[in-house]
Amino acid sequence: MIRFTNIYKRFGRLQALDNINLFFEEGKSVALIGPNGSGKTTLIKSLLGMVVPDKGDIAFKGTSVLGSCAYRANIGYMPQISSYPENMTIAQVMEMMKDIRQYTTLDEDLVQAFKLPQLANKRMRTLSGGTRQKVSACLAFLFNPEVLVLDEPTAGLDPLASGILQDKILQETKNGKLILITSHILSELDDLVDEVAYLQDGKVRFHKQVAELQAETGEQKLVRAMARVMEYEGQ
Amino acid sequence: MKKIIKYVVLDILRNRILVSYTVLLLIVSMLLLCLTDNGTKALLSLLNIVLIVLPLVSIIFSTIYYYNASAFIELLVCQPLRRAKILLSVYIGLALSLLIAFGVGVGVPLMIFDGSMTAVLLILVGMALTVIFSALAILGSVMMRDKARGIGVAILAWFYFSLLYDGLVLFLLFQFSDYPLEKPAVVMGALNPIDLGRIIVLLRLDSSAMMGYTGAVFASFFGSVGGMLTAFVLLLLWMGWPLSWALRRFNRKDL
Repeated sequence: MIRFTNIYKRFGRLQALDNINLFFEEGKSVALIGPNGSGKTTLIKSLLGMVVPDKGDIAFKGTSVLGSCAYRANIGYMPQISSYPENMTIAQVMEMMKDIRQYTTLDEDLVQAFKLPQLANKRMRTLSGGTRQKVSACLAFLFNPEVLVLDEPTAGLDPLASGILQDKILQETKNGKLILITSHILSELDDLVDEVAYLQDGKVRFHKQVAELQAETGEQKLVRAMARVMEYEGQ
Repeated sequence: MKKIIKYVVLDILRNRILVSYTVLLLIVSMLLLCLTDNGTKALLSLLNIVLIVLPLVSIIFSTIYYYNASAFIELLVCQPLRRAKILLSVYIGLALSLLIAFGVGVGVPLMIFDGSMTAVLLILVGMALTVIFSALAILGSVMMRDKARGIGVAILAWFYFSLLYDGLVLFLLFQFSDYPLEKPAVVMGALNPIDLGRIIVLLRLDSSAMMGYTGAVFASFFGSVGGMLTAFVLLLLWMGWPLSWALRRFNRKDL
């Protein structure tokens, strides 16, 4: 469904993405894992057209996305650091997004689950980090997109909200959507993901099924399996 | 696109700075038009305000607004919208709000109390300068990632066009006074929108003593009407190039 072909991106001296080749299928839930600064967010942003790659191509359903914008209607994005017009209230932001986007059905499960209507008149500037994350999550799922890109989705969320979001992610995977998650908290990903792509220094170290990874390392938990892989790498 | 413009305009019209700018313009133009007995004198004073204050406010306000709206722009960029459309909408929203402020503050009083052809020209020049300097502001802010640097560039640009440029032209004229300078002077006049604005109004008022060298050359080179038309065409170009350059940069920009 989404294919990255030979993607390069350089920021000044830093080679943020170095010949990335990846393919993600629909109906899968994929974890993008890697140390800080390994290029996860840059990769995601280049998929969304916020970062323009120096070389290479990104294809969505077989057609190149570079220079086009319509494909973004099929992607829901929850950024790591969300930025919103600070003077607008939650309700105004939601209304504005609905106004700008064309849509047939709205998915307001999360809006209800996070009890956002009760906070509707709060201005974005006054919100806590966690509440902002909730708004981001609601907006990502709102237009019922085929692909969900979640950058550190549970960072800053309380355990209750984090649970709600995880349930939602599982449910949407079952509905046949492609879900890309980056996270540092590997224990949270255990039940969520089918595949793992490991990035380091802008390169893809590996991209495997979780089951395959478990078989190779003999570990059930993702944290331990990843630790094993890194040990091998070190040797 | 219309929707984005709507959000930008609604956001700016609530802005206190823009409201006080409108009120200030209104007070100044009312004072000048009501208290000066000589109509031409009032127009000339207003001309100076239009040439100095308008570009300054347009470029600084637009620059600050662009940086403050960066969150809004980022939010829109990951939606299914063309980047060019997003930037263009922000620009149109900005220019439109500034034009409304200018229209209420200077345009309406001028039409009520004066209403001459010169007044119309003055309003047109003011509108052109507003549009041009907010386009320059957009160009500067797209190119500079850092807000402080962006505002610095905006102030420098204003300083250059409104003060430094005239000095530079005079310096060149004195240095090369032995040579025929008519053609270079026409080019020099065309390279500064503020100069062009002044030339347009002064050609109409026919007060050659105030026209300065570039203006005088314009008058002799193109004649009164021809000079005005040429100057307006040049002003149109001044609106176009910063914006098209900004759009090209913005399409390749990493957010």
